[in-house]
Amino acid sequence: MKQVTVKEEPTTSIDELEALKKMWQIRIFEETLQELFDAGELYGTMHLCIGQEATAVGGASLLNESDWIVSTHRNHGHCIAKGTDIRSMFAEMLGKKTGTNEGKGGSMHIADLAVGNLGSNGIVGAGFPIAAGAALSAQMQGTKQVVLCYAGDGATNEGSFHEALNLASIWQLPVIYFIENNQYGMSSSIEQMVNIEKLSERGKSYGIQGITIDGNDLSVVSNTVSKAVKKARNGGGPTLIEALTYRHKGHSKSDKLKYRSDDECRQWQEHNDPILRLEKKLLEHNEITSKGIRQLEQSIRQEMADLVASVKLDDEPTKADLWTHVYAEEKI
Amino acid sequence: MRTVTYLQAINEALDEALAQDEQVFLLGEDIGVYGGGFGATSGLQEKYGKQRVRDTPISESAIAGAAVGAAMTGMRPIMELQFSDFITVAMDQLVNQAAKIHYMYGGKANVPLVMRTAAGSGTGAAAQHSQSLENWMAHIPGLKVIQPTTPYDAKGLLHAAIKDNNPVMFYEHKLLYQTEGVVPAESYTIPIGVADVKRVGNDVTIIATGIMVSKSLAAAEIVKEKGISVEVIDPRTLVPLDEETLLTSVEKTNRVIIATEAVKNSGFSGELVSIIAESKISLKLKAPIVRLGGEFVPMPAQKTLEAHAIPQIDSLVQAVEQLMKEVDN
Ligand SMILES: Cc1ncc(C[n+]2csc(CCOP(=O)(O)OP(=O)(O)O)c2C)c(N)n1
Repeated sequence: MKQVTVKEEPTTSIDELEALKKMWQIRIFEETLQELFDAGELYGTMHLCIGQEATAVGGASLLNESDWIVSTHRNHGHCIAKGTDIRSMFAEMLGKKTGTNEGKGGSMHIADLAVGNLGSNGIVGAGFPIAAGAALSAQMQGTKQVVLCYAGDGATNEGSFHEALNLASIWQLPVIYFIENNQYGMSSSIEQMVNIEKLSERGKSYGIQGITIDGNDLSVVSNTVSKAVKKARNGGGPTLIEALTYRHKGHSKSDKLKYRSDDECRQWQEHNDPILRLEKKLLEHNEITSKGIRQLEQSIRQEMADLVASVKLDDEPTKADLWTHVYAEEKI
Repeated sequence: MRTVTYLQAINEALDEALAQDEQVFLLGEDIGVYGGGFGATSGLQEKYGKQRVRDTPISESAIAGAAVGAAMTGMRPIMELQFSDFITVAMDQLVNQAAKIHYMYGGKANVPLVMRTAAGSGTGAAAQHSQSLENWMAHIPGLKVIQPTTPYDAKGLLHAAIKDNNPVMFYEHKLLYQTEGVVPAESYTIPIGVADVKRVGNDVTIIATGIMVSKSLAAAEIVKEKGISVEVIDPRTLVPLDEETLLTSVEKTNRVIIATEAVKNSGFSGELVSIIAESKISLKLKAPIVRLGGEFVPMPAQKTLEAHAIPQIDSLVQAVEQLMKEVDN
């Protein structure tokens, strides 16, 4: 068993310049994937989180390395924010042996346990009880680790959400359920799919504190998560956070976006983009210049392009790899 | 004759059933404006309204359970599970409820529901979106299981499934959606439980399910050059199974290959082997039965690994040639 050492408290105030950099990394990582996809170089599927970078960075990047995240199909932001190696993520997406999952997982399953990324999931809602289990394990082993479980708004209608919240509550587990309410589950708007105003109200039925926040404001997200982490680490039990945000792109590659208006999307893109909002704040406080931002963006674009170029040279798995990892090695 | 895609054939059957029978309605995730996970319900909500083409929350257990309840009380629900893998989330309702009720209640209730779903690999969507779990369902008494492989079969069998008074699991293969075939414009049914001889031959019988049918037909063309004549049988419905058609073919050729995309281990292909082995025809076999199926691994995401995980045309060709050789020796 890996020895876990934990700093007692997470950093409470996030380094906003560092956060901006990570948010741009996430966005450009995904824009690069889109280009690869359009060029026919990327096999499989993917779900972009462009527009949701603040929930990823304000959440996962606040944790200690030894803390865990549990992610979803819309996972790239969470994985990068938790410190998953970006090169390996590209490699996974491009079907290389050097990928996070050696090519076996693809876009929806990126995992990196060494940095506390317990993995992404193709089954909506499956992460809720898994996160409870990881939190139980931390509690039983007395490690003081906490678990941050990401999920979408649509996922809260699965039975697994309700069952996991109840468990987390009765056992007072160190888990934070973080709902990225990007308004839609595929084509279904959340208003049509639930009959309550705030998803965070659902915490009440299970004796869990629920809170709804502006998910595109980095400092609101990081402050809220910070408090929940502190509470969980000190034995205060679970928290349910609902963060309001928006995905700029379609659900996945086949989405014709017939269920929402261009106008709605434009509103969010122009007036409520988490990156633009953070930049505006930093510019106002003279923490960065416009030129500085452009340079940052440019250097990340270059960094991503270089990574992709080098990943393309990596080996693919061979036929023999098909049969590896079906079962774990036996314990001696 | 008119040619349409497998996807259109399914869409047409749904459209016609909605028009023909007021009790028929559709429910599932994103089946309205989005048109369903793969487009099978495209345009139907516009035509029949939100009541009869009903978007649901992401709640497979609730979808299946609601279908059971509605079916028991006079409606004929057709539920869509976006990917067949999500059946796991709806399993109690389908296996313990839908499949059992008619029997358990001494025949006093029927559960006429159809569960439509997209199965199979070939899209790089990895282990949780690429499984062929149809043989799970074939293991459950009380359920009927259909796996159509052509647009013609898809339309006719879907009509039959909708008219059937039992819970019917209807497995569509994602890679077949865009395949084309001749399909009558009017509504018709194909009886459930009748296999189809997709190609007539004398030397080897390939019993293939799902996507393996088209691969077997391609392999049959290739070995034809070498003078080998392959018969391809498509059971079309796993439950009830048309044993007679299968056995008649085996009796003619005396050489059998069974090909499924689903993993071989503990699967439906084993059932087919048993049926042959238990019949007297087995005494006349000129060589042991050959089984091709998915490797016993979760489906990998990576493209070439994914292709290695299930039988391809090459492996079918090799199997046929090997089978002929063994007999010659
Ligand atoms: C059990 C299950 N049902 C359905 C799906 C298909 N599916 C994948 S993502 C998705 C929408 C999820 O919506 P939400 O939870 O709000 O997350 P978002 O995509 O908005 O991030 C659906 C229906 C799935 N992967 N798993």
